[in-house]
This record gives sequence, C-alpha cells and structure tokens, in this order.
Amino acid sequence: MSETLTKAAARNIFYGGTAFFFVVFVALTAHSVTKANAIAAANPVTPSVAAGKHIWERHACVDCHSLIGEGAYYAPELGNVWVRFGGKEDAAGAREALKAWMKGQPSGIEGRRQMPQFNLSESELDNLVDFLKWTSEIDTQNWPPKVSG
Amino acid sequence: MKYQSQKVALYYFAGALALFVAQVLFGTILGTVVVKPNFLADLVPFNILRMIHTNALIVWLLMGFFGAAYYLIPEETESELHSTGLAILQFWLFLFGAAAAVVGYLFGIHEGREFLEQPLWIKLAIVVVALMFLYNITMTVLKGRKTAITNVLLLGMWGIAVFFLFSLYNPNNLVLDKMFWWWVVHLWVEGVWELVMASILAFLLIKLTGVDREVVEKWLYVIISMTLFTGILGTGHHYYWIGTPSYWQWIGSIFSTLEVLPFFAMVVFSFYMVWKGGRDHPNKAALLWSLGCATFAFFGAGVWGFLHTLAPINYYTHGTQVTAAHGHLAFYGAYVMLNIAIMTYAFPLLLKREPYNQTLNMWGFWITSSGVAFMTFALTFAGVVQTHLQRVLGMNFMEVQDQLGLFYWLRLGAGLVTLIGVVIIVYALVVPGAAKQTSGVGYQPAE
Repeated sequence: MSETLTKAAARNIFYGGTAFFFVVFVALTAHSVTKANAIAAANPVTPSVAAGKHIWERHACVDCHSLIGEGAYYAPELGNVWVRFGGKEDAAGAREALKAWMKGQPSGIEGRRQMPQFNLSESELDNLVDFLKWTSEIDTQNWPPKVSG
Repeated sequence: MKYQSQKVALYYFAGALALFVAQVLFGTILGTVVVKPNFLADLVPFNILRMIHTNALIVWLLMGFFGAAYYLIPEETESELHSTGLAILQFWLFLFGAAAAVVGYLFGIHEGREFLEQPLWIKLAIVVVALMFLYNITMTVLKGRKTAITNVLLLGMWGIAVFFLFSLYNPNNLVLDKMFWWWVVHLWVEGVWELVMASILAFLLIKLTGVDREVVEKWLYVIISMTLFTGILGTGHHYYWIGTPSYWQWIGSIFSTLEVLPFFAMVVFSFYMVWKGGRDHPNKAALLWSLGCATFAFFGAGVWGFLHTLAPINYYTHGTQVTAAHGHLAFYGAYVMLNIAIMTYAFPLLLKREPYNQTLNMWGFWITSSGVAFMTFALTFAGVVQTHLQRVLGMNFMEVQDQLGLFYWLRLGAGLVTLIGVVIIVYALVVPGAAKQTSGVGYQPAE
C-alpha cells in the first residue's frame, strides 16, 4: 500500500469522497425536510404550539427531561407524556392533569427529584400542553417501545 | 518552541484548564444531586447545573483547540502568527462570553435547546470569535508552508464555524429543529472535530516518534477519509425516531457502525508509529496522553458508540443511561485527552522547562482515566438495567430510577476520583516538576 497510494492520491480521495458523501447527505436531508413539512401540513404548528415550544425552551426543560429521547435523563420522557396521561382517550382530562402536575411542583418530598415551580400563567400552561400534544403526534416509527417513555 | 507568537497558546491553555476544573466540579455536583435530589434544589436546579457542566466542556475543548492551533500552526507553516494581538483579544472576548454565559445561566438567562443554551448575543459573539480566529490562522497558513496537518486543521476549524451557524436556526416545527440541531452537534463531534483531533494527533506523532512526515500525513488523509465517509451519513443514527423517514434506520445503522473503523485505525496507526519510530522522546507523558487518546477514543466513541447505534437496539436504549455512558467516555477519550496531550507536549516547551520529570502528570493520567472508565461502567450497567425495566417491562421512569441508586453512587465515587485526577493534571501542567530530569544521555533535541 505504501507504494501504490501516494499522499496526493490519499488527499484527492479524501476531498472527492467527502464532497460525494456530503452531497448525498444534503440530498437525503432535503428529502427528509419535505417529510417534516408534511407532518406540519397534516398537523399544523399552531401559534399556541409554537408558543409552547418557546416556553419549553425558555425554561430549559430539556436539561432535565428528554423529548423523543433527546435531552437530559434526569426526569421522564415527555415526547409521549400526552399519551401517558391518557390524552388520546380523554383530552380535557389529560390537559387538566398535566397542568395540575406542573402547578404542583416542587413536591418538596425528601429524596424525590425536584421540579422547580415555573409560575406559568394559565394560557402558558395551555400552550405548553398543546406543544406536548403536537409532539406526541409526530410519526416516531413507534418509539418509545412502551408508554412509560 | 521556535516562534515567539506560539506563546499566545498559553492564554488558551490556561483558560481551558480553568474551565476544565469547573466542568468536572459541576459534574460531581450533578452526580451528587442525582443521589441526593434535595441537594441545592432550592438554590440551583438540575437543568442549570447541567447546562453549565456541558457548556463548560464544549467551551474549554474549543479553547484548547484554539490554543493547539496557535501553538502548532507557526511551527507547521514556519512563520509567525499573522497577529498575536488579535489572538489575545480573541481569547479575552471568548473568555468573557463564556463567563457571561455562566453567570447568566445562574440567573436563569438562557435559551433552551440542549448544548445551545447560550443567549443569541453570546452565539453571535462566538461567531465573531471564530471569525477572528479563522482570519488569523488562515492568513498565517497562506503566507507560510502548507502541510497536510495545517490543511486538515484549517478545514476542521472552518467546519466548526460553518456548522455552528445552524445553531441560529430554530424553526417552530420540532422535527426540523431536531434535524438541524444535529447539524451542529453530530457534524461537530463526529465530523469536523475529528479532523481537528486527527491533525493534532498527527502533529504530536511526528514530533514524538520521529516518523517521516510523508508517512504520517498520508495516513492522516486515509484516516480522516474513513472518518467523514462514515461520519457524515452516520448522522442518520440520530434520525431514527424524530419524525424523519424510516430509511435512516438503514443508513444510520450501516454508516455509524463503520464510524468505528477510523478510531480503530487511529489506535493501530499510533502504536505502530511509536514502535516504528523508535525516537526516545523525553516527554513520556505527552506520548502517554497521545496513545491514551487514540485508545480511549476507540473505546468511548467507537465501541461504546457501536453498543447502541444499530436501530433495532437503539429502539430500546435511546435516551437511557447507555447514552450518558457513551457520551462521557467518548468526550474524555477523543477530546479531553487530545487537549491534555497537546498541553503536556507544549507546556514544557512554552515555559522552557523541558526536559523535566512528569511523573505527577502520568499519575493524573491514570487516576483520571480510571475514574472516567469506572464512571462509564457504572452508567452502562445503569443503562442496561434501565433499558430492561423501562423499555422492555414498561415500568415507569421514576420507579426505574429508584432501582438504579447503587449505580449512581458508584458513578459519584468515580466522579470524585476523576475530580482528584483533574486537579493533579492541572497542577502537574502548571507548576514545574520539583525533580528535573538530569540525564541527557541519548536525548535528541525535541522539535
């Protein structure tokens, strides 16, 4: 190999191959973007869902929880929390339960992980629940395997 | 050290080491909160501690890369840096941005995407810092000798800046957000950062082993070819479950499995070069860190990455402590050890202390590496148990966490050992060794 492959050849393989794989990646990403847009077309990102996403970010929820498996692993997965709280069967009940849960934090129980009180208004809580509901409806190839998240 | 301007690297190395200690300190605090959840809960919540832990890591690694670049580019190009003043200004701006971010986090000022929590103005400041850096090193390279090492390092550094721009894009559609979030996170750590890693390692091997540059540089291209040919499409292993098409399960599984190859090649190549080179370089500690880097990167990024990268396995392990285990060992092996390797090599030369006794530094190596390895094992066991209980049996999250207490205690212990090791490393780097090496027999001037 030391005779057949020169440094210049190795360099050319590197640049050429990288360009090739990057172009393939960009093309596949572009195709995936169309699917992401289709998801939003079928299930629109309403102003409330968008507001909920910003509330989620403003309070850095992802640095304790995970959302579709990404985030910190200190607190439960929330990508499917809407389903876990029975939102598919009883939307009004799940909404109230989620809001009550967030209002009830921190529990202050010794030895339990503590979620801070974020003092969200009623409409902010609704936005956040709308965002979590929207997220639960993304086609995740049936992930997570169990409703436990 | 042949060029005066190389000294600016000292600023960056010092800043990096200070943040390194902070990062590990916050890590041990987090480890404590996991086993004693009420600790600090009213003062600083977990999410704030975590963003300081992860951000400090990213910033100090980048700071180390900048320092490494300022150190090696004058030597490679055989010319002084374009502007040392700009390099120093860039350092203070970067340090100020990092400090402002941390203080802001403590007061609840942050954005909320994982690792990209910096407020917009700090993100923009980072872009400015990157541009100052790129201008400086690009001008230096353009006027000097061009080597494969400078080419690859430059490409990696430009890539870091370009892909960071995706952090400014935050669409309301969560699926799009996640897709392009990975354009920063994955294309950094499994893409362009690896170019930086490979080029710095190549530089160290040339200096430490005395192997012919032509050989090292050819293999540098071969290895980074493997890195990017697999790593770019390897992004697919993050596109399994986030609303992206199912073909990513095939693409991601295949290409991310192949991502192990360049890491394996780096181990084989590094050891082979040391064996073949036969130079008895006095800086044994730098060689230890260089070989340790290749080895730990192979296990952390390669083996522990492969452990959960196949889609049918990742379906169960995604977002469990298995990921945390991989993250810790991979960052330690690939990037922490790389930074300490170049610092261990450069500090004695920059401070005109070589050759000197680096036994303490090597103790730091073994203690820290043992700590991180044990932490990884503890988290891996925690992850396997968690996967089974939560993802197979369907037990709820907090019930499962209660079952993992033992592993989290072990992890905290390993974290404390790591903290001790890190303090030793920093001390050994900064404070000159008491017992200077006196034997000059067989010593050839280090480059």
